[in-house]
Amino acid sequence: MNITLNGVSRQISSPPLTPLLRVLRNELNVVSAKAGCEAGGCGACTVLVDGRPQRSCLTAVGSLNGAAVTTLEGLGTSENLSAVQQAFVHHYAAQCGFCTPGMVVAATAYLDAGGSDDKEAIQEALGGHVCRCTGYLKIVNAIAAAATQSEFDLTITAEEPNVVVKTGGR
Amino acid sequence: MSIDVLIPESVDAAAEAYGDGRDVTVVGGGTIVVQLMTQGWLRPTRALMLSKAGLSYVRKSGSAVTVGAMTPVTDVADLFAPLGPCAANVGDNEIRAQATVGGNLCAPTPPEHPSGDLQGPLLALDASVRSTGAGGESTETVEEFLTHRDARLVLDLSFEEPVAGAFAALDRPHAHHPTALAVSAVKAGDGSIRLAATGAGPTAIRLSSAEAAADDPEAAGQAALADADLQDDALASAWYRERMLPLLVQRVLNEIKEV
Repeated sequence: MNITLNGVSRQISSPPLTPLLRVLRNELNVVSAKAGCEAGGCGACTVLVDGRPQRSCLTAVGSLNGAAVTTLEGLGTSENLSAVQQAFVHHYAAQCGFCTPGMVVAATAYLDAGGSDDKEAIQEALGGHVCRCTGYLKIVNAIAAAATQSEFDLTITAEEPNVVVKTGGR
Repeated sequence: MSIDVLIPESVDAAAEAYGDGRDVTVVGGGTIVVQLMTQGWLRPTRALMLSKAGLSYVRKSGSAVTVGAMTPVTDVADLFAPLGPCAANVGDNEIRAQATVGGNLCAPTPPEHPSGDLQGPLLALDASVRSTGAGGESTETVEEFLTHRDARLVLDLSFEEPVAGAFAALDRPHAHHPTALAVSAVKAGDGSIRLAATGAGPTAIRLSSAEAAADDPEAAGQAALADADLQDDALASAWYRERMLPLLVQRVLNEIKEV
């Protein structure tokens, strides 16, 4: 069977009942999706399946023949961060980083579906994602900022890859 | 050991592949089955994956609603009470989009606590369950179906929009766990009231004694205790449930009274 992973067609040889999370990490060496609880309760393994966020630990890979799977690796690169990733950097929304891939993937889907900067709506959309550092406030702030794109410049120049230029006042 | 995995592409093919259901593990959305496999509780020899079987649909005709077994829980979250609000209370955003109505109805009772939140509203709505298995296709009530749900393949569920409905549940401390206790109420066209609870027994149960006393919500709440089989488990103690069940019954009865 085949899936399209981050835009590239990949053949899968794992048995069909293997959780997608294990296929990604063990067969395809794509490790941004994290094995947290492996019971659907923490959100760290979340990936996009045909654009919708889904728990890879609860998804039997056999149900995905022909599907498009997007992981954090498919959203941006170190040189060219996505809007959500830049907002996470700017708002210090990662502490240990374990939940971050799932948070960024879910936040991306939320914004792609037209999500606003309403913090209650963001909390509801991200309600299945646990941060063991309890850094929720900065994560929600980052997603709200990405929704309005108001508090920072979304471009990072190649000369200054680690500097995010803040243009909005606070 | 190799596992025989079947991925049927029509309802008929799914029914044929299921056969009499012996030794067949049905994989719907995967939210229950895949984690049981990961944890080693379940080692299927034959698996039937329903993702392409064409069982995901919500059909409305007047006040009649039919919901396919593979319909995501999120697709019934906008329906009338008690089913809609109950579905909206299941798990979280992503779990609701992946978990299925049929899978939730068939949720096993794990050793730790009851699950299958939708059983209560479907029981209160007096839904009929169309399923296949040994002896072929059959349609029966939720009560009948729940007694042998591990030996049938659900195809779809049908029910009528009630005159009034209400749903009340204990708040969940964290996503994904089933609610510790919930009560569903439905008022039919003839004024009769049906009440059901989840978390008050190994599966959802009908609260017949409370229905008989429905004119007086407070008395009905107390009467509900006679219908329940309250247990201590990982979600709540029987002591706590005994105090909360009458309150939830009162709340749903007061809500449908106002309609």
